[in-house]
Amino acid sequence: MEVTSQDFKKNAHIALHDAKLQRALGNLKAGFPGKRAAAIARLPEFDALRDQARDLKNHILAHLDLYLEEFENNVTAQGGTVHWCRTAEDARKTILEICRQQDAKTVTKGKSMVTEEIALNEYLEANGVTPVETDLGEYILQLRNDHPSHIVAPAIHLTLEDVAEAFHEHHQRPKSDDPAVLMQEAREMLRKQFVAADVGITGANFLIAETGSTIICTNEGNGDLTQTLPKTHIVVSSIEKVVPTLEDMTLFLRLLARSATGQEFTVYNTLSTGPRRTTDQDGPENFHVVLVDNGRSDMVGTELQEMLRCIRCSACMNHCPVYGAVGGQTYGWVYPGPMGSVLTPQMIGIENAGLLPNASTFCGKCEEVCPVRIPLPKLMRHWRDKEWEKHLTPGAARSGIGIWAFFAKRPALYRWLAQSSNLFLRLVGGKRGRVRKLPLAGGWTDYRDMPAPSGKTFMQQWQERK
Amino acid sequence: MANPRPRVGLFVTCLADMFRPEVAFASVKLLELAGFEVEVPERQTCCGQPAFNSGDRKDSAAIAQQTIEAFDGFEYVVGPSGSCIGMLHHYPELFAESDPWHQRALELKSRAFEITSFLALHLDMDKLSSSFSGKVTYHDSCSGLRELGIKKQPRVLLSKLPGVQICEMEEAETCCGFGGTFCVKYPEISNRMVGNKSDNIRATGADTLLAGDLGCLLNMVGKLKREGIEVQARHVVEVLADMVDTPAIGEAKGV
Repeated sequence: MEVTSQDFKKNAHIALHDAKLQRALGNLKAGFPGKRAAAIARLPEFDALRDQARDLKNHILAHLDLYLEEFENNVTAQGGTVHWCRTAEDARKTILEICRQQDAKTVTKGKSMVTEEIALNEYLEANGVTPVETDLGEYILQLRNDHPSHIVAPAIHLTLEDVAEAFHEHHQRPKSDDPAVLMQEAREMLRKQFVAADVGITGANFLIAETGSTIICTNEGNGDLTQTLPKTHIVVSSIEKVVPTLEDMTLFLRLLARSATGQEFTVYNTLSTGPRRTTDQDGPENFHVVLVDNGRSDMVGTELQEMLRCIRCSACMNHCPVYGAVGGQTYGWVYPGPMGSVLTPQMIGIENAGLLPNASTFCGKCEEVCPVRIPLPKLMRHWRDKEWEKHLTPGAARSGIGIWAFFAKRPALYRWLAQSSNLFLRLVGGKRGRVRKLPLAGGWTDYRDMPAPSGKTFMQQWQERK
Repeated sequence: MANPRPRVGLFVTCLADMFRPEVAFASVKLLELAGFEVEVPERQTCCGQPAFNSGDRKDSAAIAQQTIEAFDGFEYVVGPSGSCIGMLHHYPELFAESDPWHQRALELKSRAFEITSFLALHLDMDKLSSSFSGKVTYHDSCSGLRELGIKKQPRVLLSKLPGVQICEMEEAETCCGFGGTFCVKYPEISNRMVGNKSDNIRATGADTLLAGDLGCLLNMVGKLKREGIEVQARHVVEVLADMVDTPAIGEAKGV
């Protein structure tokens, strides 16, 4: 997909004036946070589980190579194949190669953000393989030639009217705005695709080292049909999703659904372990796991390592007031919200994504709700540090901070600066006590008044009283 | 005879110094009421947060060293802002653990308190009295709330004043959109956030907005005034210190 992270501010401007999007974002705000809070209230040990999950993830990341190799050995022992892909390009080629071996015309897909990250659909299409998204949200987006705006609810930026219109256009059926009718329509369309597909591609929520299994957590059941019906199942997963044991997996499952949608458990939690055995009633004949690195191993051992704890629950964006104002597509690439503001610079370069880690007030809400306690504000600040080091900070901001710091490091001069600014603002504020328009402060006064100082600076008054 | 009263260094904060001296005077009054000797070190300037949040670690560290030195020797450092005191708590991150400044920063952190949390620990609350009377709503500033755990403290203090009736707003814990330089770097998004906040403030029917951070207050007052919403705003210490005769933030003089 086209990267527009450099246009974050322009995207935000459009988003803020898009009444339909704002309605959709209002629904998100009214939905997920409340449901999460209610689910957590029913689980008194939630915070203790978060601590455990954080510690376990830290342990896994310290031994990532070990657990990934154990995972590979067990996938192989079960008759499957693991493919190690350093880059997005490697992963795309590997997946296409498997599809070609099967002479695949169409592939069905379960919801997978990693396949968005490696831009798989565009690549498959360009190479004569038709991908069919089967998650309802992703299916709608594919019809509209659109991209996810949220990692759990990809079509959250759309309204019912949008969906009705897209279905009417592509399904050649009478237009309906009844969700039940639309759902049935999608089912009928997709059933044919499930049966016809040569290959099924899913993501994975976790990879289990001790058994060589992968698991998907979904609410629609489309993932199960995607992975059981075709002859070949390809699991595409990033490397940090490995956990040591099934028992460990359950810890994360308890956190994941509650943090994401406020459910105690997702409706379908389906494990895949190798291809179909002779005693199995169904399942694929071939089982492949494509492990995607794409910059992640470079994060290990750095301050960004903590980001690899992420289990993709979306709580950070569901609670972020900036995401809530502008929506996911404003961020201009695959991963939006606070987690995206940390990951995107790593994957597309800080020079292309610097506006993202700056688009935060550091209110800390994201860290407060993160099930694995990722210090997201700290990691966004890490990218601001990198920007500053590389002289990528916009010139006006850099020189502004420079001049200000020159004074802040010299107390006597700083007093003088404070007194002069104070006097100036008092003069322009006059008797009104506030200013409506201030030169060079349009960012403030275009939208708000500037309260004027109520008197001389405190330091002046304090000296005078002594 | 030696003075038995423990010494507090007041961290004035830039915004109190420049925009709202009453906040610093109210802080002094309350700290004295709690039995402390209050001094205002002259070498203090800003906590350094604008540099820290812009990625300028070198200047942040220099300002941190200056602040650490300015407050050397005080038993406590207290300031009327969760954001600025929160920044003092970040100082250890600016120095490698092997650097002696790291230890000094940790030591400052252990002595540095936001004022309402400090008063909740040290003030005999029966001593509080205020002529203030009215319906107030309280905005929880993000840094104080999430970095320093300040939520109950100002409410407990206010509950000791019979004239104060608290009407909580929806989303009291949601950011007002100030965010330091954020509000001028992303003005449209900031405006949306403070717009939501002023809607929530108006919906309470309160006549006074209180908070513990002047950054948030200036932002919210600016928006309330621009929208013509008749809600007055003060820093919580002004009410606690019974210093409510002066015009509220951004109000005309002599009204």
